[in-house]
Amino acid sequence: MTTDKLVDFDEVLTRYEPVIGLETHVELGTASKMFCGCSTTFGAEPNTQTCPVCLGLPGSLPVANEMAIESTIRIGLALGCRIATWARFSRKNYFYPDIPKGFQTTQYDEPLCTAGHLDVEVDGETYRVEVERVHLEEDTGKNLHVGGSTGRIHGADHSLIDYNRAGIPLVEIVTRPIPGAGAKAPEVAKAYVTELREILLALGVSEVRMEQGNLRCDVNTSLAPIGSLEWGTRTETKNVNSLRSVERAVRFEMRRQAAVLDTDGRVLQETRHFHEDTGTTSPGRSKEEATDYRYFPEPDLVPVAPDEEWVGKLKAGLPELPAARRARLSDEWGISPTEMAWLVNAGAVELVSDTVAAGAAPSDARKWWLGELARRANDAGTELAELAVTPPQVAELIGLISAGTINDQLARQALDGVLAGEGSPAQVVEARGLAVMGESDELVAAVDAAIEANPDVADKVRGGKVQAIGALVGAVMKTTRGQADAATVKRMLEERLTVS
Amino acid sequence: MSRDLTTSDAATLQAVLLEGGTTSVELTQAYLDRIAAEDAELGSYLHVDPEAALGRATAIDEAGTAGTGLAGIPVALKDVVVTQGVPTTSGSRILEGWEPPYDGTVAARLKAADTVLLGKTNMDEFAMGSSTENSAYRVTRNPWDPERIPGGSSGGSSAAVAAGLAPWAIGTDTGGSIRQPAALTGLVGHKPTYGSVSRYGLIAFSSSLDQAGPMARTVLDAALLHEAIGGHDPLDSTSIDAPVPVLAESARRGAGGDLSGLRVGIVRELGGEGHTDGYEEGVLARVAEAVALLEGMGAEVREVSCPAFDLALPAYYLIAPSEASSNLSRFDGVRYGLRVGDDGDRDLDEVMALTREQGFGAEVKRRIILGTYALSSGYYEAYYGQAQKVRTLISRDFTAGFDQVDVLVSPTTPTVAFPLGSRVDDPVAMYAADLCTLPASLAGVPAISVPCGLSDGLPVGFQIMAPALADDRCYQVAAALEAAQDAARGSRFLDQLPRRDAQPAGGVA
Repeated sequence: MTTDKLVDFDEVLTRYEPVIGLETHVELGTASKMFCGCSTTFGAEPNTQTCPVCLGLPGSLPVANEMAIESTIRIGLALGCRIATWARFSRKNYFYPDIPKGFQTTQYDEPLCTAGHLDVEVDGETYRVEVERVHLEEDTGKNLHVGGSTGRIHGADHSLIDYNRAGIPLVEIVTRPIPGAGAKAPEVAKAYVTELREILLALGVSEVRMEQGNLRCDVNTSLAPIGSLEWGTRTETKNVNSLRSVERAVRFEMRRQAAVLDTDGRVLQETRHFHEDTGTTSPGRSKEEATDYRYFPEPDLVPVAPDEEWVGKLKAGLPELPAARRARLSDEWGISPTEMAWLVNAGAVELVSDTVAAGAAPSDARKWWLGELARRANDAGTELAELAVTPPQVAELIGLISAGTINDQLARQALDGVLAGEGSPAQVVEARGLAVMGESDELVAAVDAAIEANPDVADKVRGGKVQAIGALVGAVMKTTRGQADAATVKRMLEERLTVS
Repeated sequence: MSRDLTTSDAATLQAVLLEGGTTSVELTQAYLDRIAAEDAELGSYLHVDPEAALGRATAIDEAGTAGTGLAGIPVALKDVVVTQGVPTTSGSRILEGWEPPYDGTVAARLKAADTVLLGKTNMDEFAMGSSTENSAYRVTRNPWDPERIPGGSSGGSSAAVAAGLAPWAIGTDTGGSIRQPAALTGLVGHKPTYGSVSRYGLIAFSSSLDQAGPMARTVLDAALLHEAIGGHDPLDSTSIDAPVPVLAESARRGAGGDLSGLRVGIVRELGGEGHTDGYEEGVLARVAEAVALLEGMGAEVREVSCPAFDLALPAYYLIAPSEASSNLSRFDGVRYGLRVGDDGDRDLDEVMALTREQGFGAEVKRRIILGTYALSSGYYEAYYGQAQKVRTLISRDFTAGFDQVDVLVSPTTPTVAFPLGSRVDDPVAMYAADLCTLPASLAGVPAISVPCGLSDGLPVGFQIMAPALADDRCYQVAAALEAAQDAARGSRFLDQLPRRDAQPAGGVA
């Protein structure tokens, strides 16, 4: 795939300082499209959600969707932006079959929102990401290239175009360049998108489902020699479509650009494609031969002039934003900002909150989501939220432990069952017979057998070497396949070996 | 009878229909007969569907509504108006064969008013031109002299209405495309206030300038047709949310001939002292006579200077092509209309380029290139930006002018209809035909052209401009002028039109 030479990540930082920047596209969840009344439902039969306007038929005209403008302003307010009192749409002119009018209606020099910021935390340190602008535009259609091996246009037999997506309102959130993150640059990029996603969810303006393309990131990366006063040439990695990939894309570009710079090469200002499978980037079109988009104010739309009263009302109606919510939850759960940051980075705040809401103690909920469940997600290479277990199920699992029905080890087995789709934790415990053994005849027999089989150890315990009892507990747990309660076993052993 | 039907004004036809003196079918058939007999030579229509027209006329007759409002009266639409299921080309090869799946608002409103669509009229390709010679399909001749142009870009509409091949028609005006052809064929043509007639379903040339409007044989007809298509449309966000103006009433009042208290300003920069270069003497003489008539009816006349009007032509030829270069980008052969070179070997860019190369005519390409250049990075401010500033200056001149007077007047065109072919190789000379009509377009104010006599046997147009949303003033003053001239002449203006079948003129309706 790629033949790029790469420099070790840690080594990159010995010579270079990264600057990153992000352009995030968010498909709004409005019922109708940006400039017409067509539905925005995902996954419909191709070209069934179209009309003369979103097909750009001759003579058709756009009418701006007020809900989309409202959502954009709310996003701007949540990011602390200045809201324009007068904004305009512009035309971005270029030829491509997925833009039916031969131009994209977007905002250029007069966007709805400017000059905001978003604070993100990585490893206990806060990074302020300046937001340059938030503007509103329309999405393009989708090309499907049939017959080639790559899915790209080259080598394809023919191409099909689905205009269902054409005209769906799209908000673009552009950061200013983010210097100074150093080794944390990849994580800051990820944390920014994560936090932005949380805000969008809290605002309810988009479903922000990255796998459906509701949220798409272009990641800009450049390197400059440490101490240099000027920033390096940046590349723009397009369509980085998962949180994990945002981090990987920055990391890869840093390593690749360092290798280019090390050999006295010149980093080309270009767009690059990100490859999910390999975590690498490859060149797209070069910006230096880029199209002149010939932006000019869209004469078919009147300017948008959000008045103070409207903006004030929208501001007053903003929900509790994630940062404030986290502060409140930290208080309620009695955890430190750092501990909360772990939850945020793991994408676990809502999961823990929902688990607590379902009856679990906050500490237990955190322990499970950050511990066992995080491990499972990592092994499966997915996000925590994608695991096939719900917060109420986790709460149920925790409840079974607290009630003594199962212990931690059995709980892990119960989780296996839940993830395998065998039902709720209680159902799995029942079906798999995972309940903890009481002080049954079977357990008494197992304890006695352990003492008998390990006379030396038993003697040591009798002789006062109390910690040696662990080996006997282990032996009992082994014969009971973990179903015994370790504390009970220990107490029974102590009684028999009269340690007192 | 049928001769009368095709030379009558529409208001008369309405009365005759209402009295039962004719039927919509008879009326429609009369026009279809003349189209069949004369349009091969005149060249005013691109598409006529007699069966569909008669079908609609029959339905209206059966419903018994003919004569109420516009019901039962035929109408012709410039081919720039999108009509559902009826071929719509905007005069271009690139849209050959396209049958739109929807009606533009103008078409929908005329359909809802139970008018009968006679057909789609010829035009300069994408409304770019002043002679209709830029049509990709056919030459349209001026009924007053078949060797001359009928004006443009709405030349099919002007020729059809003047020649009696439609009682009235819809045109569109971007820089003069209603008023100039109306003037050159002896019709009344009105460009409404920008935003007062919906643009939804007009194939865009220059979005910030385009307006649809009426072309008719009398001022009252124009007002009636305008009322039918005007008013707010939620599908056009530049549409003004104001009630449909009362225009026919203003025309009737104007015909009463009392203009006392009306302040009329003659625009010095449009044919006035020191600005007569390029203006024909005959045109200036007829306009002066018209002004004298207005004065005779009580109007106070003075000269008003609008210095920025001198810059209207260059500003227009930057703004209109800029917007056009973007508006015409959608014609790429991907979704509808012509596609050239899709042979499996050529790639997408080549197919798009070939389609546009073969689908667009020379004038359209010239303007796309001009507009693309004017918008390009590094030149935008110097061209498009400057032109917008000029536009603001022109608007200020109008505002200042309307502080002094109620209407501004000028010739509609510097010359009468010129011979076919005489300017096709000289774009600048062609562009000069719009000299007088451009300022009102750039400022978005209403302007009407009304005949004011003949020069060398060819019609001269008189332009009346009013403040935005004061379209009624245009109709009132135009009707006064029309009535005064008709009274002096003893006949209607169009009755002077040489009869092609050599029947004696006069004595109609």
